[in-house]
Amino acid sequence: MVSLNQLVAVCLMYVAGLFIVAFAAERAALRGRGGWLLRSPLVYTLSLSIYCTAWTFYGAVGYAARSGLEYVTIYLGPSLVMIGWWWGLRRLVRIGRSHRVTSIADLISSRYGKSNTLAIVVTLMAVIGVTPYIALQLQSVILALSIFAAPEMPLAEAGGDVINRGQAALWVAAGLTLFTVLFGTRNLNVNERHHGVVIAIAVEAVVKLLALIAVGIYVIWGLAGGLTETLARIDASDIGQWEVQGSRWAALTVLSGAALLCLPRMFQVMVVENDDERQLQIASWAFPLYLMLMSLFVVPIAVVGLDLMPEGSNPDLFVLSLPLSQGQNGLAMLSFLGGFSSATSMVIVATLALSTMVSNHIVMPIWLTLRREGATQSGDVRNIVILARRLSIFCVVGLGYLYYRASGGSGALAAIGTISFGGVAQFLPAMLGGVLWRGATRTGALCGLGTGFVLWVYTMLLPSFGADAVLSSATLQDGLWGLAWLRPEALFGITGIDPTVHAVVWSLSLNTFVFVMVSLFSFPAPLERLQGAQFVNVFDHSGPARGWTASAAGSEDLMIMAQRILGAEEAQAFFAQEAARQGHGARLPEPTPRFVQALERELAASVGAATAHAMVAQIVGGASVSVHDLLAVADESAQMLEYSNQLETKSRELTETAAQLRTANEKLTQLSLQKDSFLSQISHELRTPMTSIRSFSEILRDAPGLSDADKNRYASIIHSETIRLTRLLDDLLDLSVLENGQVTLNQRDGNLRDLIDLAVTTAQAGTADPLQVIRDPQAEDIVLHSDLDRLVQVFINLVSNARKYCAAEVPQLVITPHLGPHGLRIDFVDNGQGIDAGSEALIFEKFSRITGEGDGAGLGLAICREIMHRLGGEISFLGEVPGTAFRVQLPMSALPQMRQSA
Amino acid sequence: MDAVRLLPFLGVMLWMVPLLWPVPEATTPTAPVMPMSVALRYVFGVWLLLILASWALWRRTRDVASAEAPDPTVEPR
Repeated sequence: MVSLNQLVAVCLMYVAGLFIVAFAAERAALRGRGGWLLRSPLVYTLSLSIYCTAWTFYGAVGYAARSGLEYVTIYLGPSLVMIGWWWGLRRLVRIGRSHRVTSIADLISSRYGKSNTLAIVVTLMAVIGVTPYIALQLQSVILALSIFAAPEMPLAEAGGDVINRGQAALWVAAGLTLFTVLFGTRNLNVNERHHGVVIAIAVEAVVKLLALIAVGIYVIWGLAGGLTETLARIDASDIGQWEVQGSRWAALTVLSGAALLCLPRMFQVMVVENDDERQLQIASWAFPLYLMLMSLFVVPIAVVGLDLMPEGSNPDLFVLSLPLSQGQNGLAMLSFLGGFSSATSMVIVATLALSTMVSNHIVMPIWLTLRREGATQSGDVRNIVILARRLSIFCVVGLGYLYYRASGGSGALAAIGTISFGGVAQFLPAMLGGVLWRGATRTGALCGLGTGFVLWVYTMLLPSFGADAVLSSATLQDGLWGLAWLRPEALFGITGIDPTVHAVVWSLSLNTFVFVMVSLFSFPAPLERLQGAQFVNVFDHSGPARGWTASAAGSEDLMIMAQRILGAEEAQAFFAQEAARQGHGARLPEPTPRFVQALERELAASVGAATAHAMVAQIVGGASVSVHDLLAVADESAQMLEYSNQLETKSRELTETAAQLRTANEKLTQLSLQKDSFLSQISHELRTPMTSIRSFSEILRDAPGLSDADKNRYASIIHSETIRLTRLLDDLLDLSVLENGQVTLNQRDGNLRDLIDLAVTTAQAGTADPLQVIRDPQAEDIVLHSDLDRLVQVFINLVSNARKYCAAEVPQLVITPHLGPHGLRIDFVDNGQGIDAGSEALIFEKFSRITGEGDGAGLGLAICREIMHRLGGEISFLGEVPGTAFRVQLPMSALPQMRQSA
Repeated sequence: MDAVRLLPFLGVMLWMVPLLWPVPEATTPTAPVMPMSVALRYVFGVWLLLILASWALWRRTRDVASAEAPDPTVEPR
C-alpha cells in the first residue's frame, strides 16, 4: 500500500525532474544548442497534447462508463480539424506568424482594426470560460490524492476528514503558479517559444500517454484475459450497446473541433509557439494518432472497472482505483503521475495564455491610460509587463481555485469540460469569419460574441450549478420572468432537445447569425478593412501595407520606447539593423513609415497588437491609412472588373481600327487601280493627238507635192489636236491649283437663269443629237453672289456629262432649283440608268471613269467637287432617285436677296 | 494536394455514419441493436485509416510546402 506521504514524495520528485528538464532546455536554447530537439515536430505534436487534460485522463473513462462511446466525440472533432489542417490551421498559423500574434484575443482584436474593446471582451470571455476548466484540473488532482489517502472507502464517502482538500488544492495551485511564473514569464516576447515550458509539457505528454497505455494493457491482458475476452466482456456490460443520440454525437464532435481552434491554451501551443509550418503538416497525422492512442483503452478500462469495482465507486477514477484495488501499486503510482501530468501541463499553458491576454489587453491599456504621457517616459516597461503577467497568472489560478472551492468539487468531470468548451467555442464565428471573410466587421464580431456568450451563460453555465444555485428552479421550469419561451433549457418553446445540444446549437447558430447580419449592415473602418484584407489574403501578401505619418516621430522617442519594451540591447540591435538597411552611417534610422510599421509589429510580439498600436500612436500622433495603401488592397474583384473592362475596350478599339484599316486598304487598292487605268488612259489620250500631230507634221515635211487645201487641212488637224492636249493639261493644272487652295475667287452678282442658259448652250454647242433640257424659268430667277465663271464650269460639266453618258433613247435632263433654309439646291436629274452602288463612292475621285468610254480624262467631277468646296457649298450624288442625279448646293452667303429678307 | 484537402470531408462522412445506427428504445426492446464491440472497431478503424491516409499524404506532399502539387490520385488504405 502506498502511503500518502510516499505519493507526495514521488510527486515532488517528478516535479523536480520537470524543473530540471525545463531549466536544461532553457539553458540549451540560450546557448543555441539542442535546436533539433526544441524545434522538432515531435515536440510540437507532443505539446499539442495538452488538449488531453485530466478530463481525458480520468474523465474519459467515467464518461464512457456513463454514456458509452460518446466520449470519443471529444477526440474525433480535433482529429478532423488536424487532418483538415489545410483549410483552417494553416491559415491561422501563417497569420499568427506574419502578424506576431500573441493570443487568440490578440488575433481577433488585430483582425478587427486592433480594437482593444474586442480584445478585452475576448479576454474576459476566455477567463470566464476557462476558469471552470482550471478548477476541474485541481479537482481531479485532489480526487486522485484522496483516493490514495483512503483507498478502502468508496469515493462518495471519502470526505474532507482524510485530507484537507481545500489546503491540498491550495498547495497544488501554488506549485503550478510557481512553475508557470518561473518558466512562462522569463522572456517578454511571446513569439519566442517558451522552451522550458514546451519541453516540460512534452515530457508530461509522454508520461500521461505511457501511463494510460500501461493501465490499458494491464486491464486487457492482466485482468480481462485478452483481447477477445475483453470485447466479449464489453458487449455483455451495461454499456454493451450503441446508445448515443445522433444529435449529441454530431454536436459534440463539432463542439470539440471548435474548441481545439478556440481554446486559449491550444492557440498558444498551436499558433504562438509554432515556428515552422512543416511542424503542422506532421502534426496533422501525429496528433490524431496521439488522440487515438489516448482513447483506445478507455472503454475496456471502463467496462472492467464497472465489473470489478464495488457499487458506488466514482467511475472518473477507475484509471487509478482499478490498479490500486488489485494491489498494483507501481502501476497506480504511474497512473497518478499521468493524471497529475495532464492536469499540471494544462494549467500551466492555459494560465500562460490567459495571463498574456490579461496583461496585454487589460492591464497594459489601463496602465497606459493612467499615465497618458507614459510611453515616452524613461524607465523599463518590461518590468511592468512581466509584473502584470505574473500577477495575471496569480489571478487566473486563484480564480480557478476559488471556483473549485465555490463549486465544492461537485459534478462529473465531463460536464464541466463540455461547459468550458461551449464557452470558448463562441470565438469560432468571429475568428473563422475574420480570417475567411473580408466583409466581417468589428461591430459584427462584438455583437456575435456578445450574443453567443449571453446564450452560453444562460443555457449552459448557470443551469450547471443546479436548481436554486444561481437560477431559481422556477426560472428553470417556467423561464425567466415566467416567460415560457425563455426557459434556459428549452428556448423559444422548443423542448425535448438534449440540454448540451440545445445550448451548443442555439448559442453557436445565433452567434453566427448575428455576426453575419451585423457585419453585412455595418461599415468597417479603414484600418479594419486593411487588416481584414491582410488576414484573408495572408498567402498573397504577407507584408504589411500600412503607413504611419511618421515624419513627426522622433527616432529618439521611438528608441526610448523600444528600449523599454524590447530591452536596451535588442532595441539597439533592431535600430542599428534598420539604419544599416537604410544605408547611412547614422546611429538612428530615419523613421520611415516602413520602419515604424516593423517596430510596431516587433512591439506587438511583446505586448499585443492593440497595445503596441496605442503606444506607437502616442509618439507618432496617429496612424494614417493612405489612399495608396487602400488602393493596394482594394477589392481585387473590382480591379479584375476594371482590368477586363479595359481589355474589352481595347479589343473593341482594335476591331474598329482593323475595320477602318480594311476600308482604307480597299480604297487604296481601288485608287491604285484607278490611277493605273488613268495613266493608261492619259497616255492614250496624250498619245492619240501626239500620234496624229506627228504623222501630219511628217507628211507636211516629207511630202513635196501637197496642195494648199491639204496643207491647210493637215495644219488644222494639228492645231485642233494641240488644243485638245492643251485642254487636257489645263484640266490637270486647274485641279492641282484648286486642290492646293491657290485659287482666287472672282465674286460677282448674276442671275441663276443666265448661268444655266450659258451652261446649256455651251455644253450642247456643236453636237448632233442635243439633250432635251427641261427647266423651270420661273424658279430660276434667283440672284447669286459668287464666282459665277466657276459655277458655270460646274453646270457645264454636269450638263455635258448627262449628254455624254445618258443612255436613254430620248435623253432628258431636268434641272430644278430649290430655295431652302440652308441655301440653294439645284438638282440635275437625267433619265439614264444611273450609277452602280459600288461606284458611287468613287465618282468624285480624280481620274475615275465609270464606264471606261468617252473622251474625258475623269477629272470633271473631281474639279466640280473642288470648285463647290471653294465656293462654300457642295456637290453630291443622289442615289435614291431613278436616273443619274446630282445635287449642287450653295450656301446662304451666296444669296444676297435671301440674306436681306432674313 | 487535392487529397489533402478532401480527406477531412471523408472523415466527417465516415464518422457520421453512426448517426444511422439503431438506438435502443424502451418501447421496442426487441429492436436490433449495435453491439459495442462492433461500434468500437468501426470508430477506431476509421480513425486508423484516416491517420494512415494522412501520413501517406504527408510523405507524398511534404516537399510541396505551400504551392500546388501533383495530385496524389490514389488514396492509400
